[in-house]
Amino acid sequence: MASNQIMFILFSVMIVVFSVLTVTSRRILRAAVYLLFVLVSTSGLYFMLNYQFLAAVQLTLYAGGIVVLIIFSILLTSHISQNFESSGWKKNIFSAIAALIGALLSIITILDYKFSATTEVAQEVNMKLIGKSLLSTGYDGYVLPFEIISVLLLAAMVAAIVVAKKVSPKSAELQNLKQ
Amino acid sequence: MLPEIVALNTSPTLSVPWWKVVYDFSALTDWIDKSLHNSMSPFWTTITEMLIIGVLILLFYALVGLFLVYAERKVCAFMQNRLGPNRVGPFGIFQTIADLFKLLFKELIPIKNADGFLFNLAPFIVIIASFMAIAAIPFAKGLHAIDLNIGVLYVMAVSAMGVIGVLLAGWSSNNKYSLIGAMRSGAQIVSYELSVGLSLITIVILAGSMQLSVIVEAQRDGWFLFKGHISAFIAFIIFLISSTAETNRGPFDLAEAESELTAGYHTEYSGIKFAFFFLAEYINMFIVASIAATVFLGGWMPFHVGSWEGFNHIMDFIPPFVWYIGKTFFVIFLMMWFKWTFPRLRIDQLLTLEWKYLLPINLFNVLIMAFLVLMGWHF
Repeated sequence: MASNQIMFILFSVMIVVFSVLTVTSRRILRAAVYLLFVLVSTSGLYFMLNYQFLAAVQLTLYAGGIVVLIIFSILLTSHISQNFESSGWKKNIFSAIAALIGALLSIITILDYKFSATTEVAQEVNMKLIGKSLLSTGYDGYVLPFEIISVLLLAAMVAAIVVAKKVSPKSAELQNLKQ
Repeated sequence: MLPEIVALNTSPTLSVPWWKVVYDFSALTDWIDKSLHNSMSPFWTTITEMLIIGVLILLFYALVGLFLVYAERKVCAFMQNRLGPNRVGPFGIFQTIADLFKLLFKELIPIKNADGFLFNLAPFIVIIASFMAIAAIPFAKGLHAIDLNIGVLYVMAVSAMGVIGVLLAGWSSNNKYSLIGAMRSGAQIVSYELSVGLSLITIVILAGSMQLSVIVEAQRDGWFLFKGHISAFIAFIIFLISSTAETNRGPFDLAEAESELTAGYHTEYSGIKFAFFFLAEYINMFIVASIAATVFLGGWMPFHVGSWEGFNHIMDFIPPFVWYIGKTFFVIFLMMWFKWTFPRLRIDQLLTLEWKYLLPINLFNVLIMAFLVLMGWHF
């Protein structure tokens, strides 16, 4: 067995095991940590494919950003002794059915697709290439999604500021009067 | 059969005289690689090489940790007009080794009502994050474990993971001081990461690449600190400030402010688990300093000035490794100087400094650098 396959099996076993642990753990912070392990192993898969940029982005955005935010909100809201109760059998059955249907759909789609194996060596994706295609308007360009996502992020940021903004005492009084 | 046997029996030799290895390690690493390939299959060669590099980095990690603790105590003593450690060995150089043994022999106190799994996991996350970052740093010519295409981004991505360990340590200790320390540290690291990233991007614009080896090579005729003049200098100062904050060191050591929070997030840790946090803090400082040295001060590249052939040739006689260590320890000395001379900031001052001053200056600085590069106004 080649080293590539061993690494692939290692990463995929980690992803599967920790994904299951994420949803079955009764302690919320442990679930968040298992999720972290899933995301880190996924970035390991990207490193294996020699797509280093995506791997590093996966690490910064998901492991360093989103998981930190999740942990942060858990830290602010829940106490260490808090354990979640296990859900009732009705819920369990319905979620099992939903999960099975989802798994079946994706397995069917994957089996339907004819993966053609190549013997070519995996190429390193250059940063310049990524940058250029991200901002080009041509055939391989991604400028439209890039701009739309920027606008979306800007809107989210403005919304966050509006939500977090302190209300000045004068306008608070005015609002009270209106009510 | 015959050619194979011949190929197996001729052991490869070092292509340069042994004393020249100090100037270019690639001959030595090539030789090791070829000799390993001759005696085993490619699969086992890779495994053995990974093991060798792992052990070497681990050794380096421990030695640097031990030395930095000693250096910190000596620098602190120097700033406060004291002698510092001076009993164990000449000038007290074995003090930290004695401390290490003390920490190894100390009892690991289990905490009642703590989340045991996360409590034990947290120091390892902190250590692994710094260990992964150190692998991508170029120590000398040819002495570079993984030369990633996106080196700068990788180091930032990996070192950002350390904060998770800090947050977990604070929460799982089930202690209010630890929790407050972890929250402060989280807020601090997440916000200062922006400044670190943007100040590095300023130099990436100038270098035109994120690969650390390319960045070092581009500084052959002058370090980026001088080549990018005004803009690079501003970026260097911002990097120093924000990376000091990112490593949780004074004057930004709110996370473990001993006068307010006992010891912050690692209050409940004892023995070697505490030592892991302690070690990771020093190694993070070393990583940050070596990134500063690599990106702004030329890494292992000797001090070269444009077209002064003779001067450059004399500078080349000092081995690259010495240059790298010298620059890194210069930056580390600066950071220790900060710690022992500035008073600690309050949390609101800390966040104001980042969001109202450093970030706008930094964004503007990136624009200036892009303009300088476009107009060709750099050296």
